[in-house]
Amino acid sequence: MSEVQRTDALIGRGAKEGARLFRDWFQDLSQAGERGEPAAYVFVMGSMSELLRTFDIHTVFPEVNALQTAVRRVAQEYLSQAEDYGYSPDICGYVKADVAMQLRGGEHPMGCIPKPSLAVYTNGCNTYIKWAEIWERMYHIPIFTLDVPGTRIAGGQTWPGNADFENDRRYVERQIRELIPLCEQVSGKKFDIDKLRETMGHANVMSRNFRRALELNRSVPSVFNSLTDGTIYLGVSNCFRGTPEGSAYFEDLVDELEYKVAHGIGTLHEEKYRLILVGVPCYPIFRRFNELFTEWGGSFAISTYLWFAGGGASLGFEYDLGRPLESLAEGVLINVRHAMDAMFSQGEMLTDMIEPYHVDGVVYHAIKSCRTTSTGLADSRRDFMLKWDLPNLYIESDMMDKRVVSEAQLKNRIDAFFEGLATRKQMA
Amino acid sequence: MKANVFDGWHDKPLNEVLFQCRELLEDADFPTVKRWREAGGKVLGHFQVYFPEEIAHAGGLLPLKMRGAQIEARQAEARFGSYLCSIMKTSLELALSQRVTLDMFVSHPICDAARNLATVWGRNFTYPCQILYLPQNANSAHARQYLYDEYDRLKRSIEAIAGRRITDDDLRASIAVFNENRRLLRRLYAIRRETPWLLPADEAYAAMAVGGMIPREEHNEMLKAIIPQIETRAAKPQDRIRVVFEGGFCEQPPLDLIRTIAQSTYVVDDDLLIGLRWILEDVPVDGAPLLGLATAYLEKSSYSPVQHDLRKPKEAMLLQRMRASGAGAAIITAAKMCEPGLEEQVAYTHSLDEEGIPYFVSEFEESMTSFDHVEIQLETFIENLLFD
Repeated sequence: MSEVQRTDALIGRGAKEGARLFRDWFQDLSQAGERGEPAAYVFVMGSMSELLRTFDIHTVFPEVNALQTAVRRVAQEYLSQAEDYGYSPDICGYVKADVAMQLRGGEHPMGCIPKPSLAVYTNGCNTYIKWAEIWERMYHIPIFTLDVPGTRIAGGQTWPGNADFENDRRYVERQIRELIPLCEQVSGKKFDIDKLRETMGHANVMSRNFRRALELNRSVPSVFNSLTDGTIYLGVSNCFRGTPEGSAYFEDLVDELEYKVAHGIGTLHEEKYRLILVGVPCYPIFRRFNELFTEWGGSFAISTYLWFAGGGASLGFEYDLGRPLESLAEGVLINVRHAMDAMFSQGEMLTDMIEPYHVDGVVYHAIKSCRTTSTGLADSRRDFMLKWDLPNLYIESDMMDKRVVSEAQLKNRIDAFFEGLATRKQMA
Repeated sequence: MKANVFDGWHDKPLNEVLFQCRELLEDADFPTVKRWREAGGKVLGHFQVYFPEEIAHAGGLLPLKMRGAQIEARQAEARFGSYLCSIMKTSLELALSQRVTLDMFVSHPICDAARNLATVWGRNFTYPCQILYLPQNANSAHARQYLYDEYDRLKRSIEAIAGRRITDDDLRASIAVFNENRRLLRRLYAIRRETPWLLPADEAYAAMAVGGMIPREEHNEMLKAIIPQIETRAAKPQDRIRVVFEGGFCEQPPLDLIRTIAQSTYVVDDDLLIGLRWILEDVPVDGAPLLGLATAYLEKSSYSPVQHDLRKPKEAMLLQRMRASGAGAAIITAAKMCEPGLEEQVAYTHSLDEEGIPYFVSEFEESMTSFDHVEIQLETFIENLLFD
């Protein structure tokens, strides 16, 4: 293969392959519903895919389904339907999109989503719990909260060997052991610990390469955009966790990114500013939202979204396959805790990123729909400004509801931010 | 530490005591907390909904229920985004404006907003701020042991503030004080269920709520003094509809809103400040005290939209509360921007529809000052019921 051919084959492969996997994913879900196969509704923070896959239970990610309605610009229909049903305009848009989808019998722009046979969710986001209660009422299905204690004091994480950590780990492990018979009951299949080792092995490969992919974006120029490309990586990371396709995807992705690093191929034609995104993307105007930054030569080298919406997989935690259940508990605890820290107390994490990622500015994006990720952002920014002399921007919109997205206002503030960045660069 | 911080009520007639309670409750300068500190006491502020106050009490600290206030969140506003309930902002404002000074702050993962609070607080103050991770899988066979471990961890944190060890005997003594308090509150609520004309909801609320801002021994003393007076009040029953008020588990409606509702209905039960009444039976004072508290939290407790327990579907619990209190209608409220409350409204109203029980839906904010609109709507609702 010539160098040109190799370049053509590699560059953009992650995006193309991600899109293909997603089409297959939704097709598979549609067929699962038709065949009456069991499906578990799960979430991105602590999906327990490694375990559920051992029972051949399909995993459905309502967050992914919901954001797809926004990206495909049909979210408003879903939101309105849920509001007519009784849900307030002031609650999570993801929940409302899902409620409307359930009321429509699973109708979704990408396929037909099967009804749940089971819901498994952590407390990574409290809304997960309220959401599952809705399915319990709608379908009278078993729902299982996997309670994962988070960091008690910001910056005060405990680790294996510490008595408090071990208490938490035992609690998580015992809950996982309670979840297993429930999965057996729903699937009609016996638990196979070797199958679990297999899915955990795939998750290990994925986590290792996910972490590596993020590290590769330290290079200048950025080899991927955390906002756009990153969302694709997150989708694959969540939906294909514990599968050979998922682990192969991330191995290939690292190949692609390493090639781009070696050849100085960036994500933008001319990268002028390297940014951190703190928060969730603006899905109702997803492409335009990104352009508001890229038109100025701004690229998101890293984002907290990659940390928390990947359920902490970006940490690169690898399971010990010699003690699968204990290690699964430990991994879930550490990963979900990391995801929660990335939402609630990301200050130290940001600090650690500034130099390695050559960051020029930080963008805080708070959204109406999600108090989990947005409540503390203004104060996090205030604190950041006390410690760092680095340009930053605070904007508000939404991840689902275009009624609270004002593109003109966003543009004004983003333009002013870049003008400040440009002036600062000139004066440097 | 022994300090009388609320002593204007002694030897006063009932109405004067209730007036003093209202005055204290609405005083955003928290004078009782200041007096406690002036006497050398330390204060642990805990955010809504439930907190095992016995542990702080056993360490000699004043457990202060942080439940917001009717104040302008001038400094706190800049620390939060636009789409947030009021209680988050005003609770922080109380501390930022130094209306209350704490030695420790604890919040709980009750909702997505509140989970951020300990971190936000910790960035603004140097004293310890932490999350108490109450179990969210109440149905796990291991939740009790987990909670025991979590309470033990909390106890160690409090010991560091108290500057001394907290013994099992300390805990048992505190549990006895809080058991008595909960018994007295249950008595107060029994009066409302059985003879609601003797105790309007706003008066009951004021008498209960001050307990979150004074030493519980003082609260017990006051309740013991007023309950017999309430029971012998010269008041006659009126032809009013009996309602349950739901939606006050976290952010509190203004006292005037409760009064407005009480003027046209008998509020025979509610979930206002449910954390003070979360535990439904006495916690054993013998045996392992922390385990007793953990067991009570999980096994002998009330319900709220922020605790998930498969044994306690919220809509079924509401119906049970209505049956137990003989209520004929429900007032289903939620604080503005309160996700758990707003989400639960849907389940409540659908369930009430199925049962054919009338209900009145509204939203409130702790800072609201005009009640005319609610009053008119409520009166219309009641008239519809009376003349149906």
